[in-house]
Amino acid sequence: MSANRHKQSPTSGGPLRSISLHTIVVITALFVGIPLLYGVLGGFKTTRQLSSNPIGLPSPWVPENYTSVLGSASFWQMLWNSTYIAVLTTLVVVAVSALAAFVFARFAFRGREALFTMFAAGLMFPFAVAILPLFVLLRMFGLLDNPLGVILPQAAFGMPMTIIILRGFFRAIPGEIEEAAILDGCSPLGFFWRILLPMARPAIATVSVLAVVNSWNQFMLPLVVFSDDSLFTIPLGVMQFQGQYATDIARVMAYIVVAMLPALGFYAVAERQLVSGLTAGAIKG
Amino acid sequence: MKTTRPRSLRLRGFTTILLFLLPALVLFFGLVVAPILLAFYASVFKWNGMRGLPTDFIGLANFTRLLADEVFLGDLWRGLLLIILSLVIQLPLSLGIAMLLNQRIHGRAFFRLLFFAPYVLSEAITAVLFMMILSPTEGLANYILGWFGIDPLDWFADPSSVMMSVFIVMTWKYFGFHMILYIAGRQGIPRELTEAAQIDGATGWKVFRYVTLPLLGPTIRISVFLSVIGAIQLFDLVWIITGGGPSHSSETMAVTMFQFGFKRFQVGYASAISVVMFFISLVFAVFYQRYVMRRDLEGASTVLRDQR
Repeated sequence: MSANRHKQSPTSGGPLRSISLHTIVVITALFVGIPLLYGVLGGFKTTRQLSSNPIGLPSPWVPENYTSVLGSASFWQMLWNSTYIAVLTTLVVVAVSALAAFVFARFAFRGREALFTMFAAGLMFPFAVAILPLFVLLRMFGLLDNPLGVILPQAAFGMPMTIIILRGFFRAIPGEIEEAAILDGCSPLGFFWRILLPMARPAIATVSVLAVVNSWNQFMLPLVVFSDDSLFTIPLGVMQFQGQYATDIARVMAYIVVAMLPALGFYAVAERQLVSGLTAGAIKG
Repeated sequence: MKTTRPRSLRLRGFTTILLFLLPALVLFFGLVVAPILLAFYASVFKWNGMRGLPTDFIGLANFTRLLADEVFLGDLWRGLLLIILSLVIQLPLSLGIAMLLNQRIHGRAFFRLLFFAPYVLSEAITAVLFMMILSPTEGLANYILGWFGIDPLDWFADPSSVMMSVFIVMTWKYFGFHMILYIAGRQGIPRELTEAAQIDGATGWKVFRYVTLPLLGPTIRISVFLSVIGAIQLFDLVWIITGGGPSHSSETMAVTMFQFGFKRFQVGYASAISVVMFFISLVFAVFYQRYVMRRDLEGASTVLRDQR
């Protein structure tokens, strides 16, 4: 490398350069932010206003689109359905995976690695591969138009990631703690329940957040399982609403903006867990 | 992957192991393994998916039909196109933005939060939002293009521009996710290394090219892997926005499978598509892990593990 020492460090390049870098970030921010802003403001316009004045502030501001969404019983029903399914999916997948991850992390037995690899391999198969036979199976079990028909498969497909992350965490807990617990007369279940799980709280939070977000956004599975629209989750509701009011754009916009809020609110609260879960999951997957 | 086992052998006991593993095994075999096997089974039958099991065995006919089907071959080509676009445009963008946000830029936390936000939204919401923004008649995008004197585009309505439009939506939704991976990866690189390079006289670009980029290797390979798997299974966005149209020009494998399986009741044929998707994912994953990520799996992947 050249010998011109003491050249400016890369982080403090000339003012011109830092302005141009900043410009790139700002342009990207516009690319990401304008669609969101357009949706929020669009919801306050009438469809007529929206086509004559797509980008400016609404004049006058029309809150009816929003109030009608918030006043519709079906929206709240979907919100409830999505919440209910997300919470149950999370409970099932975390409980089942934690038990399995415990075994994979702390027990030695023949075929352990093979079994673990089998679970981990579940990661690389797209959900779309199994949707069709899954539908056939769910029909056989009578689980169509039943929230369990979404909850159980989601939990099953969420297991690989959850087990991988939890196993890594459980492994990191020192063996001395386990020995002390055993000497004090703890059973394996007691150790798992009273010591391991409380210690693994951050990891449990991380995988729970991942499970909630995945369940919340799941589209394909509810699409094939639910035909009764009183069971619809928010993504299905969004699609249905768009189909019904396709020409009334402002109204659809208000609907999707309201539909975004729970996810964005959750993101605001759980950003840390979500990011750490995604990076950990991606790296270990 | 042999690692040091915790000294927990005392906890042995076959029944305990079995009891702890049982729920996971039941769920996994019942709802992941069994469906995949069922797809294999159904793929060699002509079957309308009605009750009971298929009986009309036709051997590999579904697969030969598949390989002669222009729509399916188109799916493969479009999948490849999306992968190439992701690798050439989306990932470099994510990487570039991640490097910029790693510097002391004003409002960095805000940008990070904003860029990642679309990832949290469901595909359904994203799809509907962009149907309106990229609407040929009254969409925002054409309005903005008008400022620059560019004629309105047909976006999703034109076979020649539909894939580009889908890719724009994908980039909007997913680049923030890859950015987050790169930011985490970048933070895992010790300061001393970049500082040492700077003291040796390396300028910004050279530090990036010869220090940061190689050390980001594991992250980049993961990011590429996830992009490819994502492109193979792309469904939600396309299904809602175009349903695969106009005239199959935005169809993906998953969409074709869904069409045949749930709309036209050719479940045997659709299963054959599932099986091909399975093998494409498998072959890609095995090949990739074996030849591309090999070094990472041998321990270098711990870079990010300390991030928590």
